[in-house]
Amino acid sequence: MSQPILELADVSKTFTLHLQGGLRLPAVSDVTFSVHPGECLVLAGPSGAGKSSILKMIYGNYRCDSGRILVRHDGTTVDVARAAPREILALRASTLGYVSQFLRAIPRVAAVDVVAGVQGEMRDAAVTLLRRLNVSDRLHAVPPATFSGGEQQRVNIARGFLPDLPVLLLDEPTASLDARNRAVVVELVAEKKRRGVAIVAVVHDDEVRAAIADTIVDIQPLTSRAA
Amino acid sequence: MSAAGKPLLTADNISKRYGRQVGCRDVSLTLHEGEVLAVVGESGSGKTTLLKLLSRQLAIDSGRLNYRMRDGAVRDLATMGDAEHRFLFRTDWGYVHQDAAQGLRMSVSAGANVGERLMALGARHYGTIRTTATDWLERVEIPAVRIDDTPVTYSGGMRQRLQIARNLVTSPRLVFMDEPTGGLDVTVQARLLDLIRGLVADLGLSAVIVTHDLAVARLLSHRIMVMKDGEVIETGLTDQVLDDPREPYTQLLASSILPV
Repeated sequence: MSQPILELADVSKTFTLHLQGGLRLPAVSDVTFSVHPGECLVLAGPSGAGKSSILKMIYGNYRCDSGRILVRHDGTTVDVARAAPREILALRASTLGYVSQFLRAIPRVAAVDVVAGVQGEMRDAAVTLLRRLNVSDRLHAVPPATFSGGEQQRVNIARGFLPDLPVLLLDEPTASLDARNRAVVVELVAEKKRRGVAIVAVVHDDEVRAAIADTIVDIQPLTSRAA
Repeated sequence: MSAAGKPLLTADNISKRYGRQVGCRDVSLTLHEGEVLAVVGESGSGKTTLLKLLSRQLAIDSGRLNYRMRDGAVRDLATMGDAEHRFLFRTDWGYVHQDAAQGLRMSVSAGANVGERLMALGARHYGTIRTTATDWLERVEIPAVRIDDTPVTYSGGMRQRLQIARNLVTSPRLVFMDEPTGGLDVTVQARLLDLIRGLVADLGLSAVIVTHDLAVARLLSHRIMVMKDGEVIETGLTDQVLDDPREPYTQLLASSILPV
């Protein structure tokens, strides 16, 4: 068995809301799992259990209060929980991919450029991927701000799937897609796995989950566990 | 690679007082090549003072400020001679003012505004200077036919784009920007932001951008520093600080953005 490419050990996080009188909201506690190249791990559990927060912590978007988030990267191991901003940026550039739940549209930037990135070297590949995801050609040059929810999500998926990165984090990638496009996403995930990409996904759709998951980790809300 | 691993600009505990008033207190930062740092905070938080200190337009009272020159030598900015500082300012640095009129010469043509910085670098051939100036005007989306007009005849957005062209024509490695999109209409702002974003990525520029607009910071910067009362209260990866702010003041700032 290969070494895991991603390992979480005792990862915990609590939000402190200063504007609500310092209210403390535990998000996740003692999360431990590991993912190997070519494996798709799905985080299961009810809404509000902290599944998206876990993905955001792995990506370095949310801070991690305690525990370790180890990612193998360029021959070394980086602990995202303690990494400096520059290290996290380097990790994102060459190791960690992320498909967020919602696309953050940028004014004036065409869909194809959102997917290909600001440098634009991957433009042809971006067009191909958008077509596969049934985003029609006439939309490629249009900024996605005016797109429907499903179209925006497909642009977002294309952006996340285009670069060839060894770890991919998927936050409800199929939530607002129809059956045909859900099937495309399942196919894309399978291709990534065959190329040895490790995937951590949050998926509510049972059919999609059954189709992509190799491992399921159950995340329960902290309040019910405490009770 | 060895040079790429070293910071371009380093500030260690720099401070500035205006009489009894604190301008900046104990600010430390490092900026690497290709990195964009946003400094955010409300009016009076010390962010413009910090920009002026970093670019040495204001002298620091205490602390250390170092810059790595093109030849790799690390120089103390506080003790650098004025002539050398002026040269740095005309070539290796850019400074984009919120009010374009401060960064442009309003009475000379757009072409001359851009060409002037090239001449500071020793360019003398009129044809070459004009061609380069035309190229730059096009890059910042100013029609070439406007090259002989003075910026007085330009709109606010065009002036700001001209100011950017004037700054970037010498291929600076570091650009300071003070509220580059402030005071512009939103549509003009979007165009300018898109332009800055593209140029920074294409040219691999380092930049320190002062803004009170968190959306601008999110769009343009890798890292962010939040300032309040002259001090840095929170710093980190831009999306992390904006999405998971830790300090009470940063939480207040982040939660004060109106959704569109």
